[in-house]
Amino acid sequence: MIAFDYARPTTIDAAVATAANTHARFIGGGTNLLDLIKGGVEQPALLIDVNHLDLSAVEELSDGGLRIGATARNSDVANHALVRERYPLLTRALLAGASPQLRNMATVGGNLMQRTRCDYFVDTGFARCNKRHPGSGCAARDGQNHLHAILGASEQCVAVNPSDMSVALLALGATVNLRSVAGDRKVAMADFHRLPEDHPERDTNLNPGELIVSVDLPSPRFAQKYHYLKVRERASFAFALVAVAVGLDIDEGGGVREAAIALGGVAHKPWLASAAAALLTGKTAHDADLDAVAAAAVSGAQPLSRNAYKIPMAKNAVVRAIKTAMEA
Amino acid sequence: MKDRSKRAADSQSAINVDRRTFMGTVACAGAGISFGALAQPAPSTPPVPAKSRHATITLNVNGVAHELDVEPRVTLLAALRDRIGLRGTKKGCDRGQCGACTVLVDGRRINSCLTLAVMHENQSITTVEGLAVNGEPSPLQAAFMDFDAFQCGFCTPGQLCSAVAMIGEARAGAASAVTVDLTAASKRGALADAEIRERMSGNICRCGAYPNIVAAIRHTATRTG
Repeated sequence: MIAFDYARPTTIDAAVATAANTHARFIGGGTNLLDLIKGGVEQPALLIDVNHLDLSAVEELSDGGLRIGATARNSDVANHALVRERYPLLTRALLAGASPQLRNMATVGGNLMQRTRCDYFVDTGFARCNKRHPGSGCAARDGQNHLHAILGASEQCVAVNPSDMSVALLALGATVNLRSVAGDRKVAMADFHRLPEDHPERDTNLNPGELIVSVDLPSPRFAQKYHYLKVRERASFAFALVAVAVGLDIDEGGGVREAAIALGGVAHKPWLASAAAALLTGKTAHDADLDAVAAAAVSGAQPLSRNAYKIPMAKNAVVRAIKTAMEA
Repeated sequence: MKDRSKRAADSQSAINVDRRTFMGTVACAGAGISFGALAQPAPSTPPVPAKSRHATITLNVNGVAHELDVEPRVTLLAALRDRIGLRGTKKGCDRGQCGACTVLVDGRRINSCLTLAVMHENQSITTVEGLAVNGEPSPLQAAFMDFDAFQCGFCTPGQLCSAVAMIGEARAGAASAVTVDLTAASKRGALADAEIRERMSGNICRCGAYPNIVAAIRHTATRTG
């Protein structure tokens, strides 16, 4: 591993002031960052340890929502009594990700900042990667791309976001709270990650030096009818080929009052399928046209040379996740 | 059985010296070849410090305080093995994928390869060397021997540390990905094999001793308190 300096601030203000160094990185659990440093992908001059900023609390908000601190561990959030009771979709997504040891280290903020596991990005032996070296090209577009994007990709980049947690947070309508020397800022989950377009080196819409402070969940609507379906190549401890988070708010008559559908493993960002979800409004388990919903969820999908299977897989996963949620 | 384990421990320490010397020789012989073959393209050039500031830290491992002078880039795994000399914790993939480096920090299982030593001051670290009770194998360690839960043994320290924490997590009511009902607290000692497999999925065994590992953990989880 390359040499770097290490700072351990105890206040948020000190942390963001230190982060004015453009070659600094915040470190929470380090499970992705240290992996990338070992591989030579990330080369920070300074790591700022955020574990002493008192940001690990999970607390109720006055509007009925829940605030999850940025350094709360994935395992602690997954099994927090209020999360299990009110946002079980988040529990399911978190428990579907990584391994118990990694979840014990990984933080909520770090999970949001996870970088793609595209082989051409993480292995510096490959010369072409626009995300690692802007302008160098994309080896995945015509290479081993069976794990890559079917939605929202660009000529520059076809990588996918690897997070399960982010897919659930998107479906739940979460908001990310940020702090920098310029002040505080809130970003909706739908706007937190970005599509690659001409700048695949940027995964998110964070500004340089901005620190994730917490994530807010709105008051719960999907505590009863929900499902997180992760399709992967082995039973556990693998990234998603396709993941689907579904939340349904059902009225007394069995009709859908509100639906949320988000997909993972299909794009450079967790993919919100708003138009598909809207097709469920007012429908019941008996009259919902799930094939139409599934088709809408992958509308605009463009397969690469080796990942056309993901389109029917995503559609089938959407149908199954909705059915399972309705029967819950 | 206690005699058997004691003999095993004695012979293990004798073997360790020889094996370590041998492996060191092999690694040196191979290094000249692999450096050439794995030459990397020149990376972009951020201002990386040639040598970062050292820090003097104290790590509390298995109840003993160790004062170390380390660079920030030293992983907890490297500190345990190369500085403190506790080589029970294994370096497998060094990327958080195999679980061989699993240790307990304040009772929680983590991959020591993906965390920095400087991040663990004032915490209580337990390695496989700290699992024995009064010099005797813990019930889980005894079960691993009784159930033949290993072949080559390289993953075993990580499996043991992981399983100790896993049994505790399950008793505390933590759900896993295969837990059917999130609203019900799991029942003590009622760990189905599917639960054990899922909860141990962060520990890979290349020898494929999984059935016996599961049996040893099931045995321990249902009999100890």
